[in-house]
Amino acid sequence: MITAERKPLDELVEYIRPFDRILLVGCNECVTVCAAGGRKEVGLLAAALNMTFLKSGKSLQIKELTLERQCDPEYVEELAAHIDGVDAVLSMACGCGVQEVARRFKNTPVFPAVNTKFMGASERPGIWAERCQGCGDCLLGRTGGICPIARCSKRLMNGPCGGSTNGKCEISVEVDCAWQLIWDRLKALGLEDRYEEIMPAKDWRTAGGGGPRKIIREDLAE
Amino acid sequence: MENFEPVVVAFCCHYCAYTAADMAGSQRLSYPANVKIVRVPCSGKVDAIHVVKAFEKGADGVVVAGCLEGDCHFKTGNIRASRRVAYLQKLLDEIGIGADRLEMVLMSAGMGERFAETAKRITEKIRKLGPSPINAMVLSEARQSAC
Amino acid sequence: MKTESILEKVLTSGQLAVTSECGPPRGALPEKITEKGELLRGIVDAVNVTDNQTAMVRMSSFAACVFLKQAGLSPILQMVTRDRNRLAMQADIIGAYSHGIHTMLCLSGDHPHFGDHPMAASVHDIDSIQFVQMVKTMRDEGKFQGGADIQNAPKMFIGAAANPFADPFELRVARLAKKVAAGVDFIQTQCIYNLDKFERWMEGVRRRRLHEKCYILAGVTPMKSAGMARYMKNKVPGMDIPDAVVERMASTPKEKQAEEGITICVETIERLKRVEGVAGFHIMAIEWEQKVPEIVKRAGLLPRPQV
Repeated sequence: MITAERKPLDELVEYIRPFDRILLVGCNECVTVCAAGGRKEVGLLAAALNMTFLKSGKSLQIKELTLERQCDPEYVEELAAHIDGVDAVLSMACGCGVQEVARRFKNTPVFPAVNTKFMGASERPGIWAERCQGCGDCLLGRTGGICPIARCSKRLMNGPCGGSTNGKCEISVEVDCAWQLIWDRLKALGLEDRYEEIMPAKDWRTAGGGGPRKIIREDLAE
Repeated sequence: MENFEPVVVAFCCHYCAYTAADMAGSQRLSYPANVKIVRVPCSGKVDAIHVVKAFEKGADGVVVAGCLEGDCHFKTGNIRASRRVAYLQKLLDEIGIGADRLEMVLMSAGMGERFAETAKRITEKIRKLGPSPINAMVLSEARQSAC
Repeated sequence: MKTESILEKVLTSGQLAVTSECGPPRGALPEKITEKGELLRGIVDAVNVTDNQTAMVRMSSFAACVFLKQAGLSPILQMVTRDRNRLAMQADIIGAYSHGIHTMLCLSGDHPHFGDHPMAASVHDIDSIQFVQMVKTMRDEGKFQGGADIQNAPKMFIGAAANPFADPFELRVARLAKKVAAGVDFIQTQCIYNLDKFERWMEGVRRRRLHEKCYILAGVTPMKSAGMARYMKNKVPGMDIPDAVVERMASTPKEKQAEEGITICVETIERLKRVEGVAGFHIMAIEWEQKVPEIVKRAGLLPRPQV
């Protein structure tokens, strides 16, 4: 999923300070799963913001809504019924959702309530780690299911480097050495010989090097 | 603030803390009327939003009371509650209400005295801290209805 | 002979080669690099110039190499993939070659985490092995990595690093094999204190005859003090310093520790001379370059061959 974390409260306070009526919109997908911007977090943030402003004597009107997703125009359209009654929107969705809301409601200021972090998976409850950087040309089939681009600090495709220590990356014992993981997996699969195949220099165009990316499905596009 | 009587909301788990409160009552151990008890099946059932709403509606302090370590009827509810309380304390600091207005306490069902002492201690702590920073602004009717 | 590199000439003549390294200054101070270079004139065959080592900004390796070349020394251009994409790398390689620099070392580079710009974006457009392939293609096929022809292609003697002491050990010979397959001409290893482990690595290297396909220069570093020994043992990733070595430094009186460090270094070189497959030595005396002449002399490696 796309992971995110709520922005510090004082940053959010600065965004909405000029306004009296706020629409606080959550998203029921990724940010719900990583407990950053779902229905529960919307409730918490609304109360937190309300109390913060109450301390200085200001009464904020916050309308709370959680959409199924904010990255599809059909769902964003549901906000149309509420937009005239608010001065600004604070979106708890990832950057994709925030931009879709801003695109639809050009005359209302839209602010992000979370910092979108990375595409990742849950290691254990409450812990999410980066797994994919969307390089557009997936090589997981060649590395035993472990991505060296997302998980190697130097995105080496022919690793490990000389800093790998006890299965950990040179930058921190909290970070696994991706190439140690890949080697262990190749061994477990009986594919040690694959290690010496040189992976050639990557074409980064599919990874965004060729500009902002788009997918067009001819059969589905209207 | 001579007439300030703190409002403290205490979420008490049915199996231990609430029973301890009951025991305090039956042993005629008095504890301050400032402490408003809310019975929950398990301290782990107390959601972050319950705590935050309690403060939003004017509570000056909140306590989450659960079983002693290892004794939770639902195994790890009290552990989850402790972690949640720690997380909320940070949020309360961010909001400017203050982490010290929220506390997690543990006790067993037979500890009537501990319940009474805890209730007294926390009431005094909150009294010293003064009213919650938002309370000057919250309408008095809202306080009445929260109690 | 693939290139005009003096290092290549020494190595192909079958004599032990000696290289050392210089770190460029943290400012526009050319005299700092030429001073270090002077200490090494006639002492080593070629001098590595590091490239933003430990991710701390210094005068670029390219610029510093030019100063050394102008002073009549033979520089080795170190280049890391961390700071440049393949366009900039190829441009710098052509530029360096045009200045008469014929030897280079292809590295990944230390992570910015360690340096003075942890907030910088790392590039890593290609890794060190793809880098070796690219430089080989430029030299032997006269083509840019993108496929177009190069006019007067640079003929670089291509080096890379090897660390027999990093984990996992079982991969360290295979990684050298990959670099050899990519086209590397010579290797400089991480500094050696654990001779047993190094010899085990060399056994694996010899078994695959990799020492016949590239020249291996064994790295050594003299220790200045017991403190330095402990620091390197505990804080520097990829270092293997046996307790016995730290003990030896620690049990030497403080004022004699530097001398002991040099002695250990010379002894290490002597022992390495007897390891089959070692084609020379790479002496890394960071901020202690003035000791290199003494080490080379005591190790019986003077005079340097005239090729």
